[in-house]
Amino acid sequence: MRILNKTNGIWMILIVLSFGLLQGAILLGLIDAFYEITLVTILINMILAIGLNVIIGFSGQFSLGHAGFMAIGAYATGILTKQFPNYGGMAAGIVVGGIIAGIVALIVGIPTLRLKGDYLAIATLGVAEIIRIIILNMGDLTNGAAGLSGIPYLSTWYIGFFLAVVVLIFAANYKYSSVGRATISVREDEIAAESLGIHTTRYKTIAFVMGAVTAAIAGSIHATYFSVISPDQFNFMKSIDILIIVVFGGIGSLTGSVIAATVLGVLNVFLQPFGSFRMILYAIALISIMIFKPSGLMGTKELNISSFIRKKDKSENKKREEKVR
Amino acid sequence: MENLIQQLINGLSLGSIYALLALGYTMVYGIIKLINFAHGEIYMIGAFVGYYVINYLGVGLIPALLLSMSFTAVLGVIIERVAYKPLRKSSRIAALITAIGVSYLLQNGMIYFVGPEVRSFPQVVENSLYTIGSFQVSKMQVLIIVTTFILMAGLQFIIQKTKMGKAMRAVSIDSQAAELMGINPDLVISFTFFLGSALAGAAGVLVGMYYNSINPMMGYAPGLKAFIAAVLGGIGIVPGAVLGGFAIGLIEVLISGYGNSMVRDAVVYGILIVILLVRPSGILGKHAKEKV
Repeated sequence: MRILNKTNGIWMILIVLSFGLLQGAILLGLIDAFYEITLVTILINMILAIGLNVIIGFSGQFSLGHAGFMAIGAYATGILTKQFPNYGGMAAGIVVGGIIAGIVALIVGIPTLRLKGDYLAIATLGVAEIIRIIILNMGDLTNGAAGLSGIPYLSTWYIGFFLAVVVLIFAANYKYSSVGRATISVREDEIAAESLGIHTTRYKTIAFVMGAVTAAIAGSIHATYFSVISPDQFNFMKSIDILIIVVFGGIGSLTGSVIAATVLGVLNVFLQPFGSFRMILYAIALISIMIFKPSGLMGTKELNISSFIRKKDKSENKKREEKVR
Repeated sequence: MENLIQQLINGLSLGSIYALLALGYTMVYGIIKLINFAHGEIYMIGAFVGYYVINYLGVGLIPALLLSMSFTAVLGVIIERVAYKPLRKSSRIAALITAIGVSYLLQNGMIYFVGPEVRSFPQVVENSLYTIGSFQVSKMQVLIIVTTFILMAGLQFIIQKTKMGKAMRAVSIDSQAAELMGINPDLVISFTFFLGSALAGAAGVLVGMYYNSINPMMGYAPGLKAFIAAVLGGIGIVPGAVLGGFAIGLIEVLISGYGNSMVRDAVVYGILIVILLVRPSGILGKHAKEKV
């Protein structure tokens, strides 16, 4: 498949278009400093949701410790950029945070992903707590419960947008690669996949590690955009927030996650004054989605441009299919 | 040595609470293979019901326990009927997410309606100390351990000797076969939630008295640890939950007593990872081959 085909071209145009629209809105003052924070929050949540979707949606495993991996990225970048307050420091922070998160995910994933069932959920929950407790007890390096402050403001929404696009493209290519298809087959039927010679543990672990690394990237942006991080920002509630985005968008749909992160991010601005009532609404929404429309907004489907194109020359495809038969 | 015995007594009373909670997790998991995340919140609501009936109705400990247990038992059944029953046929992830949603709803609902602040639990039992030899047992500790043993004996009786208990065991082994034998699985599942939630309510009242403080977030950490206790003992196995609960309670108290209390939680979560690594079916669990 050529890289520069019609589908990729249209996606490229869409990405550039949304970037242009956002940039225009900022230049015209439609998005002021306050809404820019919302924008970056949406982009961070997008990265987190895409990462969690790779774990839950593709491999069918259930991780509840996404905030823990985000904390690893945030602290790695926070500590490094305080030493080297430049983009080199930030890049190093992203790489180091990603590597540590990946290693932790490997250590947790290999034993728990051998098992069938929802052991990963409970193990990741424990791991996120362990990460938080370790961060709390690392003394001057992490500054305990008070957290790190004065992290240089290195991230802009450009960086957030760029990384969100990179993560999205990476996840999309993963989904349609042979590794991704093997991972999805594990989700569909673990026993059947195993009998076809798919090393189920390996593919589950790959998806889990990828999710953890993207969470660390999101954490890095969070640290360098907001400048202040503390352990209690990365608690269980944060993991649930991300889970809500994934469930709303549709478990297994990347474009669903992108849409849900945007919609919920905008909705949050309007629901802010309601405080904890907002949480009640989210909880009720979460339960009713699971009961009435467990597939979420998009199900496992994607907003698929190539299918739009394909519709045009459907007749041609039919001919081809007949030939195959 | 005396210190050790003292710690063991403390561990036993904390372990009783975990055991009561772990029983609820393990029974529900045994019967519908669901990690009932809302269980910790039911325990929290049990504590609040105890708080309100003691403060506003002025009742003693036993009526407060019974009222709280009946309230949470009914609540558990309602949750099961409304949120979990429609999902009986869908994927386990869907049920798990719903359970998290319910837990989130109860927690934030309580924060919204009663406020997030910490309240002190009314003391209906004066906290006197019994000195036996050179170590001390508080009246509260005795009360917790005795209540737990009475409740466990009751549960054991229901599961082993009654018709409903037999039905529970049958459904947990094979729900379809049980249905063919004329057992209504929905009724049995509701009954399981009824029992488990009642035990959680009792644990809530006991813990409120023991620690003298309650708040809407109190269910999260003990709920998680009780689940770990259930996994440690072998999830789905009733005696395993008791064993696991006491083990986690003792480990926790010994670490706070002899080591760093900050790492206590980390060690408990670490135990979970280790048990998943070396013996995922738990201490009392048997390895079951999956049928295709």
